[in-house]
Amino acid sequence: MSDIFEKYKDKLPGAVLEEIKTESKLNELTPAEITKVLDESVKEYDSALIAPGEAIGIITAESFGEAGTQMTLNVFHFAGVAEIQVTRGLPRLIELFDARKEPSTPSMEVYLKPEFTTNEKTIRRVASFIKEMKLEEISLEFALNIMKQSVDVDLDEEKLKLYGFKKEEIIEKITKGLKNVTVKETKKGITITSNSEETNLSLLYKIKEAAKLILIRGVPKIVQVLPKKEDNKYVILCAGSNLKEVLAMKEVEAKLTMTNNIFEISNTLGIEAARQAIINEALAVIENQGLDINIRHVMFLADIMTQTGVVRGITRGGISGEKESVLARASFETPINHLIDASLVGELDQLKSVIENVIINQPIPLGTGLPNLISKMKKGAKK
Amino acid sequence: MTEEVTKKVDSIRFSMLSPQVVKKISVAKIVTPELYDREGYPVDGGLMDIRMGVIDPGLRCKTCGARLKECPGHFGYMELARPVLHIKYLDEILQFLKTTCNTCGRVLVEEEKVKRHLRNVNMAERERRYRVKRRMISAFVNSIKIIKKCPHCNAKQKKIALEKPSTILEDGKRITPIQIKSRLEKISDEDVAALGINPKFARPEWMILDILAVPPVTIRPSITLESGERSEDDLTHKLSDIVRINQRLFENINAGAPEIIIEDLWDLLQYHITTLFDNEIAQVPVARHRSGQPLKTLSERIKSKEGRFRHNLAGKRVNFSARTVISGDPKIAFNEVGVPKIIAMELTIPEKATEWNIEWLKELIVKGSKVYPGANYVIRPDGKKKKITDETRDQLLEELQPGYIVERHLIDKDICIFNRQPTLHRMSIMCHKVRILPGRSFRLNPAVCTPYNADFDGDEMNLHIPQTEEARAEAEILMSVQKQIISPKNGLNIVGSVEDAISGLYLLTKRLTLNKEEAIQLLIGSGIYDERMKDFKEKVSGKDIFSVLLREDFNFVGTAKDGSSVIIKKGQLKEGFIDQALVGEEKGQIIREIYSKYGDEVGLDFLGKIFRLGIETLLKTGFTTGISDSDVLPKVQEKNQELITQAKKEVDELIAQYKAGKLEPLPGNTVDETLELKISEILNKVRNDISKQVGSNINEDNHSIIMAICGAKGNLLNVAMMSACVGQQAIGGRRIKGNYSGRALSMFKKGDLGPEAHGFIARGYKQGMSPSEYFFSAMTGRDALMDTALRTPKSGYLYRRLSNALQDLRIEYDSTVRDAEKSIIQFKYGEDGVDVSKSDGGKINVKKIIRQIKGK
Repeated sequence: MSDIFEKYKDKLPGAVLEEIKTESKLNELTPAEITKVLDESVKEYDSALIAPGEAIGIITAESFGEAGTQMTLNVFHFAGVAEIQVTRGLPRLIELFDARKEPSTPSMEVYLKPEFTTNEKTIRRVASFIKEMKLEEISLEFALNIMKQSVDVDLDEEKLKLYGFKKEEIIEKITKGLKNVTVKETKKGITITSNSEETNLSLLYKIKEAAKLILIRGVPKIVQVLPKKEDNKYVILCAGSNLKEVLAMKEVEAKLTMTNNIFEISNTLGIEAARQAIINEALAVIENQGLDINIRHVMFLADIMTQTGVVRGITRGGISGEKESVLARASFETPINHLIDASLVGELDQLKSVIENVIINQPIPLGTGLPNLISKMKKGAKK
Repeated sequence: MTEEVTKKVDSIRFSMLSPQVVKKISVAKIVTPELYDREGYPVDGGLMDIRMGVIDPGLRCKTCGARLKECPGHFGYMELARPVLHIKYLDEILQFLKTTCNTCGRVLVEEEKVKRHLRNVNMAERERRYRVKRRMISAFVNSIKIIKKCPHCNAKQKKIALEKPSTILEDGKRITPIQIKSRLEKISDEDVAALGINPKFARPEWMILDILAVPPVTIRPSITLESGERSEDDLTHKLSDIVRINQRLFENINAGAPEIIIEDLWDLLQYHITTLFDNEIAQVPVARHRSGQPLKTLSERIKSKEGRFRHNLAGKRVNFSARTVISGDPKIAFNEVGVPKIIAMELTIPEKATEWNIEWLKELIVKGSKVYPGANYVIRPDGKKKKITDETRDQLLEELQPGYIVERHLIDKDICIFNRQPTLHRMSIMCHKVRILPGRSFRLNPAVCTPYNADFDGDEMNLHIPQTEEARAEAEILMSVQKQIISPKNGLNIVGSVEDAISGLYLLTKRLTLNKEEAIQLLIGSGIYDERMKDFKEKVSGKDIFSVLLREDFNFVGTAKDGSSVIIKKGQLKEGFIDQALVGEEKGQIIREIYSKYGDEVGLDFLGKIFRLGIETLLKTGFTTGISDSDVLPKVQEKNQELITQAKKEVDELIAQYKAGKLEPLPGNTVDETLELKISEILNKVRNDISKQVGSNINEDNHSIIMAICGAKGNLLNVAMMSACVGQQAIGGRRIKGNYSGRALSMFKKGDLGPEAHGFIARGYKQGMSPSEYFFSAMTGRDALMDTALRTPKSGYLYRRLSNALQDLRIEYDSTVRDAEKSIIQFKYGEDGVDVSKSDGGKINVKKIIRQIKGK
């Protein structure tokens, strides 16, 4: 049976073959019928192939451009009752295609390894280890002690207990985080004194402000965590994103954990992961807006954005600014700069792309303008 | 017949103009600021010198001898009394000064290093790694900038700084352009190349101007006002300022004026030349007309949307086009466009005379340009174009023979291209066939409004007439309406039955049974004739009437909008009824089935037939909707009121809980947010309940309900909004907060959290709203308007960027996707090479194939 499929290996894409395999089993087709199905599929596949010369880039641009007019501008969206805010709609699509270094609402979905999802308590505990926690949050008061030239911090005993902090731990963190200070335990909390010889109020003040922001626990940049049960799986939704450090945590299931920051993905997991992330994020927006754009267009755009190995935006600084042709760049944005730069190195525009040929009134190298008929004249042939 | 030989531009080189080249391409030296003499004749050596081209009819260019519009114009030049900086190359000038020695003029680094750097740069250039090359050069430049001592001559380097806008200081002392120029001249070609500039095309000393190219007169024509006065172009104004200051500077230098006066004039010259290039530079005062309006100089001519690139070069105006208001006409075919006769008599198609059509063309010429259908022009084989008038007609008739071209009026079935802006996708510009109609508007079938996104509230559209056989063939084969019905965005049909046609088909297939005569009347009335009509029995069901449109080998299984199944066997509608899910836009299962089975010609024919049949049905049965359609039974009304009171009560309870501090916050939310979320949930639910309530209790014969059920227009929620309850108004996904402190409107108590105080409209449109309810409704209405108004430019810009970045990408013959530089984006389009618009939503529908095979 498998040799029937073997014969069609080059004629049909793998996914279609697989589908036929499973479907024919389901429908209990005879080998003769399978061959018929295969032949019919090949016929349909061949007739559905895209034609050479098709201006596929423009079709993709149109698919998004036209859909963009139907999207909402409403930046924020809450799916369900309790969730972390995420940008959706046109603004998200724009920041995605701009390849902004930081999304306007960075967020993560952190999944845990099965051994840590046994009960809700452990999950909450892990979540509290992910959330960025600064000294400020577990303290009641920061006071400048002018007499002793020190900063007195009153710690919130309740919170210490709740999150399971020890004072030594905190002292260690502060000593590491602030340079040139001594930290001592007091009755109410801790006290910080400067090691430098000259101490004055402004220095103390600076120490106080810096101490507030010291990271006691958690992953930097993760400002909010929300453990949630989703299809019998626990997931921790996070506002803020820090993929590298979250993945480093031993409790985290790295295979499932996601962020919406494309650059972080590109830097930690590589360009192919970034490509997939662009596809997923764009599809999420499209689906959220109730639109229907074929995945090919999304994949296509992701491929262009990641083609060179780095994530490039569709902006004058990204793809449009890196075109070979001077005229193509100049006709998009900032024409003067492009012309001046071109004159400095004596750039040669080969007129290979579309817009230059529009400019000089020649057929464009797309579609019916693509084929050229070249007839070789035989030497010495009769006239 | 001689074929025209057309030149092809192969490539375009960009470079700087050296002073030598400027002199070489110039035909005149400009020495006087005067433009015209007393007779109004251009002065020799003035800015309007006729050696630089002519802008007056009747004059001839002294250089090429051609007349107005024939002479392309020629450059002139001006010798500047003192050199000035070219403002656009200021950064490069600074870079050269900072990286080269002030005494020996060499790059401030050892020779081997320069050579090594050059080798690397050239390598990157060869490998087309432009980004790497740019980075290398900027790193190189930055590393030398800080060097304080020349390694070649040991001279100490001083600090070069720019004092905006265009003064260069060395250790706080000004260096004049003359000094700069002499320094730049010393830099060797290798060093220039090492700094990332190609010395063949741009030598650094060229960036200091002592010869100024004067653009031809033809690019800065003057306009003659009604009063006979001449109004000069902005560029001419600017240039004459430059000439005047330049002359003054010359005179002062020759007269030995004090240095301070000369320097002032020099600065003034620098200012004028700076603003000639760019009048929008920061910290340079804008040069203005006497009226105060800024001058539009060279940069402003090129830049922005109205500039040369985007306005003139990338966007071109065309002849043989028309534009007028559109209106609907359901009786013409989808691929036709009704063209008013007056437009048809203005737009022409060139028809080449042959021995087979010469008699017909002669008839057209006899009718001339004033009688339709006639012809406007005759073109002789030598290219001479003759207008057909009463005087020329007889002569042209006599002359006409094969090889002549007659420009005839449009007639029915001519090919044209129809377009509506904004042209967001390829379905916004399609090929139609001309249908000459009386009136003054373009007519199109209402069903093709969707791809154009048009309506008839005053929209205008454009019509283009392809003029060559190739263009017509291409338009007809690739752009026809029938070829565009399946959208490449998602593989769904963008054209389908709309509105009344769907209502009609629904009524016809669901409940109508007609007499034989009536049935035939109906079919004939919608322009359908079929042999099967003979077999009609005395009573004909609507399903049978619809089946006449189907071919006898057509089998289909699908689901209607309400989920019931629709079965067509051997061209007979056996079960179910037709609604939007089967023939509508973006849904039409039957339409796509017919398209893939019989092709686009049959598909379009089918679409047209069902459309006319649907409308004809409504014409027969009558179909209207009025205010009474939103009447509901008293008991339903009561039930609705009950639902609303119940919901309000629930909300009140929640608020009481909240005020007592007993409300448990949802995870991740504060108590306030939790309350809001819960209230919104209740209030949104109540409207849905009401709409269900209304929907299930309304008479099936209610026309509003029929439209909602079959998907022709509206939905049950709309009906409920009219008859029972408009529901919660929301801005930004939340209940209305308002801008008063603690309340949405000043008529409510502060801190009132109840439904009414935050935009819940408990009444339907028919009952009318209270003042506060009306205000809330207006708020959401305006919010929606704002959203649209802000979204349009944003999405427009996104689209522009996308299309600009992606326009060169195409499928190659080896099935890879490549860009203009031939680098590969995808090895196979979409990983399997399938065209979305040619397949079933980008997929091979295996299940369908198996069903077909099994069915046989």
